[in-house]
Amino acid sequence: MKELKIFGIVAIFTLVLYWGVEPFAHSQMHKHIESNNFVYTGAADIEEAEAAKDEKRAAKKKAFWTDVAKVAKIKGNVAAGETAFATCMGCHTGLPINMGGVIPPALDHAGALYDKNYLIALIKDPAMASNVDHKYADTTTHPMGSIKMMMSDDQQIADVVAYIMAKKAGEVTTKEAFSEACGRCHAMRYAKTSQLGDTPTFKYKKDELAHKIKVIEEQDAVKAYMGKLPPDLSIIIRARGHHFMETFVENPQGQLLGTSMPRTGLTHEGYEKVKTYLEEVGDPSKPAREELGPKVLLFFFVFTGLAFLWKKSMWKGHH
Amino acid sequence: MAHFEKAKNLNEWLDQRLAVNTLKKVMQTEYWIPKDINFLWAMGMVLAATFGMLLVSGIFLLMYYKPDTNLAFDSVNYTIMSEVGYGWLWRHIHGVGASLVFLIIYIHMFTGIYYGSYKKGRELIWLSGMGLFVAFSAEAFSGYMLPWGQMSYWAGMVITNLFSGGSLEAYGLVEWIRGDYVPADAFLTRFFMLHVLLLPLAIIGLIVLHFGTLRIPHVNNQEGEEFDYAESAELYKAGKVKESKVIPFSPVFLSKDVFVMGVYFLLFFYLVFYHFEFAMDPVNFDPADGLKTPAHIYPEWYFLWSYEILRPFSKDLGLIAFAIAQVIFFMLPFLDRSPNVAPASRRGLFKYWFWAMLIDVIVLTFMGKLPPTDALFATIGLISAVLFFVLWIALPFITKSEKKL
Repeated sequence: MKELKIFGIVAIFTLVLYWGVEPFAHSQMHKHIESNNFVYTGAADIEEAEAAKDEKRAAKKKAFWTDVAKVAKIKGNVAAGETAFATCMGCHTGLPINMGGVIPPALDHAGALYDKNYLIALIKDPAMASNVDHKYADTTTHPMGSIKMMMSDDQQIADVVAYIMAKKAGEVTTKEAFSEACGRCHAMRYAKTSQLGDTPTFKYKKDELAHKIKVIEEQDAVKAYMGKLPPDLSIIIRARGHHFMETFVENPQGQLLGTSMPRTGLTHEGYEKVKTYLEEVGDPSKPAREELGPKVLLFFFVFTGLAFLWKKSMWKGHH
Repeated sequence: MAHFEKAKNLNEWLDQRLAVNTLKKVMQTEYWIPKDINFLWAMGMVLAATFGMLLVSGIFLLMYYKPDTNLAFDSVNYTIMSEVGYGWLWRHIHGVGASLVFLIIYIHMFTGIYYGSYKKGRELIWLSGMGLFVAFSAEAFSGYMLPWGQMSYWAGMVITNLFSGGSLEAYGLVEWIRGDYVPADAFLTRFFMLHVLLLPLAIIGLIVLHFGTLRIPHVNNQEGEEFDYAESAELYKAGKVKESKVIPFSPVFLSKDVFVMGVYFLLFFYLVFYHFEFAMDPVNFDPADGLKTPAHIYPEWYFLWSYEILRPFSKDLGLIAFAIAQVIFFMLPFLDRSPNVAPASRRGLFKYWFWAMLIDVIVLTFMGKLPPTDALFATIGLISAVLFFVLWIALPFITKSEKKL
């Protein structure tokens, strides 16, 4: 039938047009980064240094991550780790107190959120582990850099990590995952959260303003440390694709070379929790869309069917 | 005063005062449409319906949108998306509708070009239609400013910069348009006014004009056949619907329109619920930041072809080419010198001209989004842009030599 042929031509041109301006254009605009499934072996870091033809740095990274792999093989003692963990608690109090630029993250669910290899690397050398060593001439100046002196024994590192993996691995909500892994640098105003945590409600305006000042002071500190205020993540899930988010969180340098954002060391499950929270806040209509969508489409199916019958009856005898 | 009898029912009461029966005849049951048409003839009503969707969803959005650079972004992305019941639905309808309206406009335009519906007496249909295209373009651009995201800001920056006129360096004009040195609050409130008042008024006016221009020359048909409408109408009224070459607008033509609309709305709402991202650029979900230029700035897909005509040339030449490209389609009825009103397939060289133009515009659209830093894409873009003008220059010559059918 002639009409169907015409429809086919229109449909083909439309689809080609769509392909060109969406999937094809985006494949050309953004470089493709392979996900490494949230495994932290330093492979990407070494490749990056090699790509920059910085052999010295590449060698340093290779040695570092080889060491990490060595420690990962040591069996840690949970009880011994608990004692050593007291050192961590000196800073990681869970209180919103800025130390050297950022608030040390709470470690309540560190075992559930972060990768074991990453935690070992982090204790050995935080700047190297989070792949931001380019920011420091001497990585001990990292806010957590002093840990290198405080905990240098491989067995001790293995013990602490074993303790974290065993005892700090309770059930974690999506919100906790976000605030522990991201929330001390990134605000989320649509969830009424700042770098200082949830914004309380105040009875008096002056208390509200006083809190605002504290938030601004904290943001200024983070800004001074990071170079710019890390973006609010309220709707980041709509501003960046899923693939970008995943590979960026795994290794920020891969997508944005030179960024001061550290790698957070989330495991795949940890990242999924964070992502779920980002979706809950940034794309809250998702459940409503999924609920309403089929009904509306069903309505138009019926509508179109009835319209077709009407058309047929109206055009009867016309040809 | 006229003498009024007591009316027997509401219809009669209205008829005495408004002549609704005559109106109904003139506008519907005896408004004759040719019978030899296909579903592409329904695009006009599909456009009207899409405009209706945009208008209604726009009214709901307008209730919660705040035209202020400090509030705009959050009023769209938080208030409307999270706090207003079904706000997300209205926004997605508005966003998807804004994109689809251009798809249908382009289908409608190329249908007109293919069947020669701009010729001999139908020039005003074409011109008012092109006026609508320009008004919709301005409406789309001004609407794109409102969420005040990164793409809003930088698109506003780039497009208003065009008014500096290249080497003319008319920055005073640019500042006058912006009301500031850079796009800021005055810029946003101005474009807000344009988007929600002046341009919709212009569009509504132009739609009325566009419908009006159809009346005397009548709607074209698939074969471009010229026939006696009055005679055909008489046949139809006498019950010889099979022999008659016309159908009444309502209900016969409308019944087909409604069916086509049903199919269209299936696509429309599929996109609204499951695939709206294509119409809402992710970059615009980052708030406007004058200190952070996005890695790639590109217009929405429907402006890409003219953007690609601007890009491959030097500054001044590009601007001139761009300006010409914006208005050249207006000239179509006057550049086509052929006396034939017929589908392109029966018009000799024009057949090739049509498909070459369509494919060229699509290639330009592809290249318009790709990074110009890629040498291959830049070359393809340049060739397609040159071809665009070559085709327009060739048009009068190839149509002049066309044999009379």
